Order: sequence, then C-alpha cells, then structure tokens
Amino acid sequence: MFIPHTDRERAEMLAAVGVNSLEELFEAVPAKFRFPQLNLPPALSEMEAMAQMQELAQANESARELACFLGAGAYNHYVPSAVDALLRRGEFYTAYTPYQPEISQGTLQAVFEFQSLIVNLTGMDVSNASHYDGATATAEAAVLAYHHFRGKRNRIILSPGVHPHFRQTLRTYMNGYENIQITGDEPGALPFNTPDQIKSQLDLNTSLVVVGYPDFFGRLFDYTELAAACHEFGALLCIAVNPMALALFKTPADFGADIVVGEGQPLGIPLSLGGPYLGIFAVKKDLVRKIAGRLVGETVDAAGQRGYVLTLTAREQHIRRDKATSNICTNQGLLALCATIYTSLLGKSGLRKVAELCYHKAHYAAEEIGSLPGYKLVSNSPFFNEFVVQTPRPVAEINSHLLDHGILGGFDLSLEYPELTNHMLIAVTEMNSRDEIDALRDALQEVNHG
Amino acid sequence: MSTPTNLLFSTTDEWVKVEGNIATIGISDYAQNSLSDIVYVEFKVSPGEIVKKETISVGVESVKAAADVNTPVSGTILEVNEALVDSYADINTDPYGSAWMMKIEISNPAELNSLMDAEAYDKFCENRSH
Repeated sequence: MFIPHTDRERAEMLAAVGVNSLEELFEAVPAKFRFPQLNLPPALSEMEAMAQMQELAQANESARELACFLGAGAYNHYVPSAVDALLRRGEFYTAYTPYQPEISQGTLQAVFEFQSLIVNLTGMDVSNASHYDGATATAEAAVLAYHHFRGKRNRIILSPGVHPHFRQTLRTYMNGYENIQITGDEPGALPFNTPDQIKSQLDLNTSLVVVGYPDFFGRLFDYTELAAACHEFGALLCIAVNPMALALFKTPADFGADIVVGEGQPLGIPLSLGGPYLGIFAVKKDLVRKIAGRLVGETVDAAGQRGYVLTLTAREQHIRRDKATSNICTNQGLLALCATIYTSLLGKSGLRKVAELCYHKAHYAAEEIGSLPGYKLVSNSPFFNEFVVQTPRPVAEINSHLLDHGILGGFDLSLEYPELTNHMLIAVTEMNSRDEIDALRDALQEVNHG
Repeated sequence: MSTPTNLLFSTTDEWVKVEGNIATIGISDYAQNSLSDIVYVEFKVSPGEIVKKETISVGVESVKAAADVNTPVSGTILEVNEALVDSYADINTDPYGSAWMMKIEISNPAELNSLMDAEAYDKFCENRSH
C-alpha cells in the first residue's frame, strides 16, 4: 500500500491541530463505525482473484461473439487497431485537457483537429472540445438557450424522437431553473411524429426545439422548414445527430440549425458497456460566446510560429467564473482524440464508405425482415442504419430466442415508449455480414412459427 | 484624454449624459484603459425593460479582464447601442462618443445627485491609482 505521509509528517500535522494521536483525531466518529465488520470472504491471492474475475467476465455475452443488431444510440462499428495504439501513447494518455493547457501543445493540437473535424461533419461554424456524452451535450443546449434569452423564454420543445436518455438528462439539468416548461414529448405524444407536428407547437415563448437526425427510430427528415419556422418565432433549433450519418447526408447546417449536439461514440469509440462516450457540441458563429466547455484556438507565438491556446474561456475557468452559465469545465479529451484518430484514419471517403455500408446493409435487412409474414416495417420515412419493425410477439421473447442463435436482437421500444409494445428497433452496421442478416431474418421467421 | 465636463460619473466608472429626462450611458476612459483591448460586448437588457439603479446591464470582456456595466440610474431602457457588439473596439478609442451603450428614461432624477462631476471623478481616479 502506498502511504504518502511519513510518521514524522503525521506527528507534525497532529501537533498542528492539537491532538496527540490518530485515535484521538477520530474520536468524534463513534467507535462502532470506525472499523465495522465488512463481512467479506477471505482474501484471495492475485492468481485466485484473476481466475474468479475471468469466470465472471466470461458470463457476459459480448458484441464480438454475437451478431449484434442492437443500437439505440450506441453502435457496433469496427475500430481500427491504430486508434488504440496511438491513443495509448504516453504523450496523449490522459483523460483531461491539462490544467496548464498551453504546455501540452500536442494535446491542444489534437483537440483543435477534433473541433475542425466536427465542424466539417456538421457544417457548423464552431465546435467545442466535447462534452461527456450525447445526453449531457443535449442538456447543455438547453442551458445555452436559457441564457441566450436571459431566462425570458421558458419553453423547450423536445421531439419524442430525441433519444429518451438525452431528454431525461436535459430534464435533470433544467431542474434548478425556474418556470421551465419542457414539452412535446409528454406521455401520449405520438412517438412517430413529423417536423410539421413540432412546427405547430412553436410560440413566442419557445427558446429551443430539439429534434433527432436521424431520430431515435432511425428516421431522417429534412428540417429546413422547421428551422425557418423556429427562426420566425425567434427560437433556436438544436439537432441531435449521429455523426456517422453526416458522412452521407445533408448537414444540420444545411437545414439552418443553430446548435448541433450528438453522441460521438460511432466515431471509433468501442461500445464498452455504455461508456465513457463523447458529447459533440457545435454552433453557429453568433453563439460562440455562449458555448460552455473548452475551446482550442490556433494562433502564433512571439516568434510567429503556429501554436494552440485555450480560448474564450473567461466565463468557464478564469476571470469570469462567477458568471459561468454551466458547471462544465472539462471535456472528454481522450475520447475526442479517439474520434480524431478514427476520422483522420478513414478520411472523408473512408467515413463515407462506412456510412454507405451501414445504409445499404440496413436497407437490405429492412427489406428482408419487412417482407416476413407477421413482421411489418413501421416507418416509411428515409432512414440511415436503424429502423423499427412491428413484431408478432413481444420483443423480449423474440430476443431471448435470437440469443439462443447467437444473435443480439434489436431494442425493445416498449421499454421507453410503453405504447410501442411489439416494436423492435434494429440497427445494422458495416460489422454485420450478409450471412448474419440472413440468419437474423431466418431466426425471426422461426420465432413467429414457433 | 481629458474628462468631458458635461458628464456625470459613478464610482463603478460609468458615465452619464443627462438631456432632459434621458440619460445616455457608457464607460469612462479610465475604465477602458484599465480593461485594455476590448474583445467582446454583450447586452443583458433590452429596450422596454425597467431597470433599477446598479442593475448589471452590459458585459464587457477584454484580453485581460472582464467587467460588468451597471446602470447608474433607475428607469426604462429606451435604446441599446447594438452596433457596439461588432464595433467593440470603439470603447477603447471613443469611450465618450460612438461607444455609448444605452439610453435610459430616468425615473428618479434624485439618483443623479449621488454621481460625481468630471473634476470629482478625476480626483477619484487619481486616488485609486496610488
């Protein structure tokens, strides 16, 4: 065990606070709580402990061994070996932007590249150095909107098609704000809504509208008209994206979005039991002063050489921190680096190729499954790599059958949308071979007859 | 820059020009000089709003500091100088002219009595710099 203090140092500290011994220092803690019986099994040797942990780990089924058709916000993409190899280099391997950031030019440059990549993908003017995940990034959009209108507009409209976790996190973040009305996704709201239905809810008290692209159900909409309508009412439009889809489709900036948020996990970050992931946050230029978190800028030093600095951080960490609008003062540095390496490695055409594979394989799967007796493709909107299928039996039953065939089935939508019983959300990525898709189809057919 | 004698000043370095019941407000040369190069201006009030004396109404950030501008008098905001959002550098070059920040319809003229004239303000600044 590492104990940082020497006996002498401890004696000095005890003397400074005026007690004679450690026992005396802790006297205020009732004796029965000081060393409680923890009822633990006898200690194991490292070898025994390793064997036990491995046995536990083997009880997990992993996306590596199963044919994975589960998405719902986290996607099983291939991560090239180079990503991990570069990520684990000692120069980069830290979770945070260093506290004395300018001393770490390599890290700052990587973050700057990350921001540039996100700007390229989203078409927006500025990206920050990331948030914890898609959910917290979405919540920050609500915080931004609140302060943008100086608390004078108190209505936020959430499409039911925004990831349920994003909406929950946004509500948690907005808890302490007075009179905030978060609407649009109440129980009973049509899950499969359209941009027109969102448009009809706009009023002059609306600060922010949040929609998904693709939405939670995989659907893609052209939000151009919605953006124009939002702006007519003076409201901001936030589009929550899957960045992988942006390699293939119109960008949120093309629609006129004011804020783009998203879950960056598809960009080279492994599923790893749900995190840590990466929050994307990009805005139009006129909102640059309002974004929370960190921002890296490029400049020149006294000798005219290129260098990188944290910029516009007054409100976050430094001279104006008493005026901060968000308590976020960190970022997912390591995972932003992960996305940077992945995206750079694939390049524009590589990323597009991955997105195309996802798109085509998902459409093949949708066609095969949609034509099975008892199954019905629910939405007729364009989609990227995920789609909703109505199933002849409860999704949980079907998934347990699929698992017997080595297939991790789609997401049971009734878990988040009670009215959507017998609705499965199926995700397909470049990792799913045609054989896997055919096996899914056959197993689904079998479960209907079985 | 000599301090214009037709203005009144607050201890938080705002200047006030009174014309009838309208007060035009900005920040003093001393204030812009202490802040150094201004890089950002943000209005926190909009026309029509009723403000009390010492309401934080404008945020100003420079390369080395950030400051709030308070309303030196109570009243109704008539106008804010939105052009400053783009021409913020005017605060450094023309603090008493084009860098005016807002106009307020004064609701309590008695509040003007607590402000300093140019001579008193110069002395006030001089004492601070020691």
